[in-house]
Amino acid sequence: MAMTDIAQAGHGHHGKPQGLARWLFATNHKDIGSLYLWFSFCMFLSGGVLALCIRAELFRPGLQFFQPELFNQFTTLHGLIMVFGAIMPAFTGMANWMLPLMIGAPDMAFARMNNWSFWLLPPAAALLMLSFIVPGGAAAAGWTLYAPLSTQMGMGMDMTIFAIHIMGLSSIMGSINIIVTILNLRAPGMSLMKMPMFAWASLITAFLIIAVMPVLAGVVTMVLTDRHFGTHFFNAAGGGDPILYQHIFWFFGHPEVYIMALPAFGIVSQVIPAFARKPLFGYASMVYATSSIGVLSFMVWAHHMFVTGMPAAAQLFFMYATMLIAVPTGVKVFNWIATMWEGSMSFETPMLFAVGFILLFTIGGLSGVTLSVAAVDVQLHGSYYVVAHFHYVLVAGALFSLFAAIYYWFPKMTGRLYSERLGKLHFWWSLLWFNVTFFPMHFLGLAGMPRRIPDYALQFTEFNQIASVGAFMFGLGQLIFLFNMLRSLRHGAPAPQLPWDGANTLEWRIPTPAPYHSFVEAPQLEVKENGVVVRLSGGRHEE
Amino acid sequence: MSLGRVLGITLLAWPAAARAGEINLQTPVTALARVEYDLHTTLLAITGAIFLLVLAVMLYAILRHRKSLGHQAAHFHENTAVEIIWTLLPLLILLAMAWPATRAVLAQKSTRGEDLTIKVTGYQWKWRYDYVDDNIGFMSHLATPREAISGTAAKPANYLLEVDEPLVVPTGRKVRLLLTANDVIHSWWVPQLGVKQDAIPGFLRDAWFTIDKPGLYRGQCSELCGKDHGFMPIVVDARSPADYALWLAARKKAAAAAADDPARVWTLAELKSRGERVYSQNCVACHQATGKGIPGAFPALDGSPVATGDKAAHIAIVLNGSKRNTAMPAWGKQLSDTDIAAVITYERNAWGNHTGQVVQPAEIKAARGAGQGA
Ligand code: HEC
Ligand SMILES: [Cu+2]
Ligand SMILES: [Cu+2]
Repeated sequence: MAMTDIAQAGHGHHGKPQGLARWLFATNHKDIGSLYLWFSFCMFLSGGVLALCIRAELFRPGLQFFQPELFNQFTTLHGLIMVFGAIMPAFTGMANWMLPLMIGAPDMAFARMNNWSFWLLPPAAALLMLSFIVPGGAAAAGWTLYAPLSTQMGMGMDMTIFAIHIMGLSSIMGSINIIVTILNLRAPGMSLMKMPMFAWASLITAFLIIAVMPVLAGVVTMVLTDRHFGTHFFNAAGGGDPILYQHIFWFFGHPEVYIMALPAFGIVSQVIPAFARKPLFGYASMVYATSSIGVLSFMVWAHHMFVTGMPAAAQLFFMYATMLIAVPTGVKVFNWIATMWEGSMSFETPMLFAVGFILLFTIGGLSGVTLSVAAVDVQLHGSYYVVAHFHYVLVAGALFSLFAAIYYWFPKMTGRLYSERLGKLHFWWSLLWFNVTFFPMHFLGLAGMPRRIPDYALQFTEFNQIASVGAFMFGLGQLIFLFNMLRSLRHGAPAPQLPWDGANTLEWRIPTPAPYHSFVEAPQLEVKENGVVVRLSGGRHEE
Repeated sequence: MSLGRVLGITLLAWPAAARAGEINLQTPVTALARVEYDLHTTLLAITGAIFLLVLAVMLYAILRHRKSLGHQAAHFHENTAVEIIWTLLPLLILLAMAWPATRAVLAQKSTRGEDLTIKVTGYQWKWRYDYVDDNIGFMSHLATPREAISGTAAKPANYLLEVDEPLVVPTGRKVRLLLTANDVIHSWWVPQLGVKQDAIPGFLRDAWFTIDKPGLYRGQCSELCGKDHGFMPIVVDARSPADYALWLAARKKAAAAAADDPARVWTLAELKSRGERVYSQNCVACHQATGKGIPGAFPALDGSPVATGDKAAHIAIVLNGSKRNTAMPAWGKQLSDTDIAAVITYERNAWGNHTGQVVQPAEIKAARGAGQGA
């Protein structure tokens, strides 16, 4: 093979680098994707340990293990690590791995920037972790870092602010890469209105990230200058306004919710048709629904601020706008169900997680509608109801979709099959204990238990105990996943090119495992909606 | 709304929910709370129905349209009519919900026409209530003993939901709260009154309630406000107007009697015992009962150079707070000269500190004057 000879003769960028250098200087989208995924899994475990510390303390009324100041550090870092360390990088990793394969691109558009956007993350994570051991401990103002509380903390807060700067930079660069790759590197025939929903979701998410991460960076910088350089942005005594912080934060924060949800929608829109063996229902309306969710997400931020004392007109505006988001979200759920309807379904692990996603995300969405009604939110804001709500959206939403994605694409990524038995066990285990953990929190919130408290009144005991047991079991179940992945990576049965007979997007048309350089030349494609490949020619691969 | 009521009552009557307050909103005792309660029940019914519908359709498909049953996949992938219907239908449901929701918001916001105004101030970590029209005011602290929290003593029935001085209000009167905070944002939440309103430093916000029947209504701060956020409860003691009037008169008389003579000279023992009380109400949260503080966050006062050295520096930091670390507030704004003199005297003579020095209220008064001049 002439090509191999040339590669071995020293055209290094086409060969596969070895050892540590392969990862440190990685420019291949698959290597970088794997780095992202492993990194986010480590962060998921760290954030999970913090969650278990929280649940351990809350198992009984009274202070048992941790003093309140440490407890507050746990809740704060649990949130920050899960949002910025686990979920966002996991989606970027998934996009890195799969997008080029799904749209027929040679790699991500900016390979070196891709390397940089990953390698910024470990230092940021280190800053967060190390902040626990500096004087005064880690940030303890909640992941929202509300001023003026956040101007009171020790240097752990400064480290957190820098970590947010770095992670923001990383996700902005990752997003630029995703946008340019999708807009410029699609193979001939892969038109925008035909490309996979996962590509659409990643594209819109990337725009959201570019729009709002600078806003977050700005607002935490304002906290930093309030802390150290004598400004008074959020200090009323100096002419500032504490509520200004919340407006700016949530202008970032609400789109952030969709940054963590849209890619999940994309994944589910690939997995459901594959296992229903039926095309995605309403592809065009899915695209429009996703886009309009993206746009609407900029107009609802103050629904997080219904009890700050906004004027009635503002309460009403943000209430209506928020209720409106339920419409496109509903369209998506109905479309998925219509895709399943009259299908020929089978329930391998990815499909289980996707179906679990729809079911539980719907609960989270509906409790969201309840919260959107400002007058009711007065009772629920800042209570455990909100904790229940966003864990239905983020754990059963984002996390379940990520599991679906990993199981779905695992054979393509690694060339091996994972253990279906363990996969199913992982799903049923997670489904059960997730609900045991988070469903009772609705009751706790309704009955009046505030969130972010290390100790509680006696009438909340039973549900807290149930939730704590659930959390530990849920956490334990994730070890099943880890074990399955590690064992299958080495000992899994070799995977065929097409492990799922209903999967018909481009990534399934190339060998398994995906060749190191999947498309050295662009394939010629004829594609149907949602990236379904009708005809494919060319598109040479290289190891 | 009647559907909502029926559902609420059914739920409440459900035997498994004998202690129904634990799975649903607490029993409302104001008109606002009732509106919120009913609105929530309506929403629960609507969203519950939607969820069950989604679940049913999905389950049917999951059970019937399976490959293992030999079901062949259909090929349809769009249907404009259906798609329009399931876009418009939710929109209509939302529109229907928007009407009662709007009315409730407007009701919550009509704070004027009050019979009585009380200013509520959030502090780290306690509340202050000032009866604006009657010129009385007091602090309200957590009353649960620390031993119950740490587990060395039994937990009382109203664990963490009891205070030394509840907010006393008359029933049947419209009470308007003016809320603000001293340090960081707090949030005043009493579920049964249907009121939750952030207390924001430097700003005034308002809220209102009219309580139907006498009773004790408990709540908590619901905005993370630092270390003891979980330990600043709220208790509202609603009394009949006649009882309220009695309470008010007694309270005013007591306030007049307790007013300290500013010129009085106190002994060390007197100041120390009063100071210990002031300390346990205001300072233990940070500096701890042992005076050892929390390393890295709150300095020890036991053996501290400030508490054992120059009196003026000690007075200055307690009176004006710390510029270096705003967690140490300016107590001059909250405590009387006598209380400040007492707590300083206490700190200089407690634990391992044995300065034997007495700080008199007059000295605080002088320091205040000097501070103002500077
Ligand atoms: C919210 C927490 C908090 C509370 C409550 C609090 N302090 Fe402090 N205090 C601090 C902090 C933080 C410092 C350190 C300030 C600095 O570094 O400039 C401090 C410093 C001090 C110092 C100086 C100690 C030294 O060695 O430098 C004194 C004296 C003091 N406080 C007295 C009091 C008294 C008296 C009270 C009660 C009336 C009180 N504090 C309540 C947080 C608190
Ligand atoms: Cu939001
Ligand atoms: Cu609080």
